[in-house]
Amino acid sequence: MTDLPRIRTVGLSGLLVTFADKMEEPANRAALAFRAAVAAQDWPEVVEVSTSLVSTFIEVDLAAVPIDTITDRLEELLRTRDWLQAALPEGRTLWHVPTVYGTDLAPQLEEAAALAGVDPDTAIAELSSARVRVLTIGFAPGQPYMGELSETWNIPRQEGLTPSVPPGSLVIAIRQLIIFTTHSPTGWRHIGQTAWENFRPSQQDPFALSPGDELTFPSVSRAELLKIKDQDTSGAGGATSEALS
Amino acid sequence: MSVLRILSGGPQLSVQDAGRPGYRSQGLTVAGAMDLTALHEGAALLRQSPTMAAIEMAGSGGVFTADRDTRIALTGAVMATNIDGTALAWNASHLLPAGARLTIGGAQTGSYGYLHLGGGVNTAPVMNARATHLRAGIGAALQSGDTVPIGDDAGTDIGMGLIPDSRFDGGTLRCVSSMQTSSFAADVLARFEATAFARDPRANRMGVRMDPDGDGFATQGALSIVSEVTVPGDIQLTGDGAPFVLMCECQTTGGYPRIGTVIPCDLPRVAQAPAGAPIRFTFIDMHAAIEIQRRHEAMLKALPRAAAPRVRNPADIGDLLSYQLISGAISADADPYAKDT
Repeated sequence: MTDLPRIRTVGLSGLLVTFADKMEEPANRAALAFRAAVAAQDWPEVVEVSTSLVSTFIEVDLAAVPIDTITDRLEELLRTRDWLQAALPEGRTLWHVPTVYGTDLAPQLEEAAALAGVDPDTAIAELSSARVRVLTIGFAPGQPYMGELSETWNIPRQEGLTPSVPPGSLVIAIRQLIIFTTHSPTGWRHIGQTAWENFRPSQQDPFALSPGDELTFPSVSRAELLKIKDQDTSGAGGATSEALS
Repeated sequence: MSVLRILSGGPQLSVQDAGRPGYRSQGLTVAGAMDLTALHEGAALLRQSPTMAAIEMAGSGGVFTADRDTRIALTGAVMATNIDGTALAWNASHLLPAGARLTIGGAQTGSYGYLHLGGGVNTAPVMNARATHLRAGIGAALQSGDTVPIGDDAGTDIGMGLIPDSRFDGGTLRCVSSMQTSSFAADVLARFEATAFARDPRANRMGVRMDPDGDGFATQGALSIVSEVTVPGDIQLTGDGAPFVLMCECQTTGGYPRIGTVIPCDLPRVAQAPAGAPIRFTFIDMHAAIEIQRRHEAMLKALPRAAAPRVRNPADIGDLLSYQLISGAISADADPYAKDT
């Protein structure tokens, strides 16, 4: 018995189509594919279509457009295929982003390792070899939510907010990683620091990543990162890339 | 191009319009003015489009001067204002003569005041909008010494006024259920509606924290929920149980549970509530919310008709003789009793 996919209102701002109750890889692909399908309909009432981890958000002014009208159209589109079988988007990129783990630049590595039940060296070995995918872009401009890490890293967010983590910080919770775009408060733990910039407003394409791109975070020393920071003007923070089919 | 010069600026002045829609999928919220109603009021007072950009003033204004005669309007939080020492009415439009000093003080009611210019602020649009997105680093807060370009002004009306609105001292915020409302126990929801809150001093363009007069609101098991889309108005409960009402520069997704969503037309009331102002939340159904929002939008559309010439007492006008009190239809030279020929 399931009520998925589920359609719900989001304030008066639109409708959310949810494909799973927790982060699951097929639901993430479904959300991306359904977003593309809704966008292709070109409905004039729709301001924008976006995705979160396992949902597609259809932004519509619900004070102006009857909810039933849009809901009926979404239900009809949902019935056209099994969205959980959808493929990943084409033209994806794999990025290797140099990262300092721990030190004063990323002060919560030990705390996160303890919560995961591993020692700091094991934590660095695991995290610097893990390959994650951009599940969604959100929170701040171009900011990726990446996953999924192994079950070891199913650690909760902290209760209080860290008042501010710097741009390029790598944070962790619930089997996911985020690189922060700007100085920001967060409930995720700050385990690594990069010189990568998600949002490069002065460049032709200001958004560095797209959903479906993949990343690794190889470990570098504090001195190496500071050198990269000094020399890099591109915003890539010393990252290398390769095309994924 | 004419410019407005900021001789000295308050703590947070920024250029704002109705925001930058269409970039949510890249993590960028619409943002724009904290008090959208004030943008419409300023446009009505100057008889121009509400899409024009204005200067948002958080807490206090500053000292400004323009290099040409410039029409201005003042809306939002009331701030003591004068031109070269002559006091100006708020919720009104005025002429700022070239070279005169416009001084705008601290907020007396509310939190965000707006300085509107005839012709609008004419900075270069970034991604189709002039709105400063402080958190995303699109544009930046205005500083003392900055100049702001002024657009060409097709209008001529000044001396218009609007009756002040009541959104400046907190009050009851109307909410609809959000995607996570049903995950809160019925007694928690009932206590949420019964609780008196005070607007916390911690507030910015991302969100406004509300302090409960008793215990916080438990979010047991909620620290591992899947991150989901957030919209302005969402009432987010972080770990310590105090609600944050997300505002125009909020994140696009969030992992903390939302107990409800404040309807859009009540967000100016959230923005303007000064620190310590009393706040309550009340749930209404979607049907009622849509009706209320439609009435609000109709009110905004009717603002240009509501803006009317202000009735002034000549005794309040210091330089009465410089005013042209008669014009057009009657000539001081003509004999009013002469027969038309």
